[in-house]
Amino acid sequence: MLKTKEMYLIEDLLTSKNAVSLRDGFGKGLLEVGQENHNVWVVTADVQESTRVNWFAEKFPQRFVQIGIAEQNMAGVAAGIALCGKIAFMSAFAAFSPGRNWDQIRVSICYTNANVKIHASHNGISVGQDGATHQALEDIAMLRALPNMIIIVPCDVEEARKAVKAITNRFGPAYIRTSREKVITFTTEKTPFEIGKANVYREGKDAAIFACGLEVYESLKAAEQLSKEGIECAVIDCHTIKPIDHDCILEWAKKTKLLISVEEHQIYGGLGGAIAEVLSEEQTGAILKRHGIHDTFCESGDAKDLMRKYKLDANGIVEFVKEALKSIP
Amino acid sequence: MHKKITNIKQLKLIANTIRQDVIRMLLEAKSGHSAGSIGLADIFSALYFNVLYHDPKNPSWPDRDRLLLSNGHVAPVLYAAMANADYFPKEELMTLRKLGSRLQGHPHPGSLPGIENSGGPLGQGLSQAVGMAIVAKAERKRWRVYCAMSDGEHDEGQTWEAIMLANKYKLNNLTAIIDRNSIQMDGMTEDILPLEPFAEKYRAFGWRVIEVDGHNIAKFIEACEEAKAVYERPTVIIAHTIPGKGIPYMEYLSEWHGKTPSKEQADEAITLLEEERKRIEEE
Ligand SMILES: Cc1ncc(C[n+]2csc(CCOP(=O)(O)OP(=O)(O)O)c2C)c(N)n1
Ligand SMILES: [Mg+2]
Repeated sequence: MLKTKEMYLIEDLLTSKNAVSLRDGFGKGLLEVGQENHNVWVVTADVQESTRVNWFAEKFPQRFVQIGIAEQNMAGVAAGIALCGKIAFMSAFAAFSPGRNWDQIRVSICYTNANVKIHASHNGISVGQDGATHQALEDIAMLRALPNMIIIVPCDVEEARKAVKAITNRFGPAYIRTSREKVITFTTEKTPFEIGKANVYREGKDAAIFACGLEVYESLKAAEQLSKEGIECAVIDCHTIKPIDHDCILEWAKKTKLLISVEEHQIYGGLGGAIAEVLSEEQTGAILKRHGIHDTFCESGDAKDLMRKYKLDANGIVEFVKEALKSIP
Repeated sequence: MHKKITNIKQLKLIANTIRQDVIRMLLEAKSGHSAGSIGLADIFSALYFNVLYHDPKNPSWPDRDRLLLSNGHVAPVLYAAMANADYFPKEELMTLRKLGSRLQGHPHPGSLPGIENSGGPLGQGLSQAVGMAIVAKAERKRWRVYCAMSDGEHDEGQTWEAIMLANKYKLNNLTAIIDRNSIQMDGMTEDILPLEPFAEKYRAFGWRVIEVDGHNIAKFIEACEEAKAVYERPTVIIAHTIPGKGIPYMEYLSEWHGKTPSKEQADEAITLLEEERKRIEEE
């Protein structure tokens, strides 16, 4: 059962055509916190329009620094700005930040516990035509291992906006991951958002799908299709991957026999990895099947074609869930 | 081995063909990088049809010169030059960036024979080229290493790390070719992160510097020849180019860095390039 009322989701969730790029939510949120808080600074690495920080840059040029194509330098500079008591947002493409500057993030930002918010756009295979070099599928794994870091992967433009506000108001390093691909805006201003607390959008007894990013919407569509075949799946928006919502995972591990993770990321070290760690330390009757990119580099192609090929669209998730259910006695 | 073309007029006509191919590829792909690719057509014509010792029918010929592309986003010009040099059928150019294509958005050696390296994440290519040149020098190979790079990627620290190492090993078998088109993604290089005095920087780092007009094929070939005669030093050819050269609505504009032409714009470009072709033929 969809929890439309309780979670303040839009009424026409499954038929809506209102698709917006997640990065727009980041750009909007950034503009709002920039307005409210004059300590917010922004740095970028020659990708201001693609990340939507140009909206902030136009409004607050005196609190904006264009670094050039130098992600390592950007991370260090962001740390320096933060160490002056500012809230520094650094924004670039995930493949290069954290892809290239992990050491700088580890030491200059996390070890010093600098108040830096890392925004990465262009994640996952939905980057599409640019191909494997630009499709960051390992960024969550890289950052999840770092002390002091929190990781948020919003599911739509509205949640992305809220996430920006939430990380601004919480001291310390944070990572927010938004894709370039458009996704239906199905949450509303009233939908709750709390760092570390997963949102349950749909109840179901047969399996619980934990998803993040644009896979949340695909999972909701998949659950609807499965329901028509008599399979009832819960769908959980696990927007915070670190700290992971232990209680929610254990609750569903008691309610169902099968947990499924769905993410636009390698199956190692991301959302699925985080859930596996929680499950492995508790005695529950449930098993976990991880879905995502199964240990491979991907390729160029239209985002939709790639999502289909790697079974990360609704149909692919339906298939994956049915297959996973076969392993339940 | 591929036969070298020395007739400049013929090389200009090939550059013109490459430009037309790039326009058609980008129109079909609906995504990709126009300005840099178009601006490099003359240099890639010179490289694949004159400068390089290579064999399109035997791409892994051990004694071939190695051309590495560091700014992988200009893949369209590389693919167009390779197809015209007969590495693969020209029809395949239209598969650029599509699912299942060997022509990945950014080049991948595992996908297409003749591709030497993976580039795209800017600033990685010169390090790879230096690695190759160190081995080639240690083993006294006759082949040279060429590294095509962009100006924008000199923002990356790694590029300068590689520049210093090339000096340390006195890599006279290495020629770096820089597309000095003065644009990058967010604007002009001198506004984003100033590079000038660019040539002086390279000189201070121990390199031989040759500056050429990147649209003057004869001068560019001459510079490549001159590099071979340099003793105990790597050479950089700073090729001054006009991004989008030959297509007036595109020229000099960073807005065209990562944009592709509409159908009308592509038609206009092809018409202009056809006129240019006639002018070259009448020369
Ligand atoms: C490490 C890295 N950071 C960012 C990018 C995104 N990006 C792609 S092209 C580009 C601008 C490059 O400038 P230049 O190579 O001079 O481009 P051109 O002259 O071809 O327009 C940027 C920032 C990238 N590909 N790699
Ligand atoms: Mg440039």
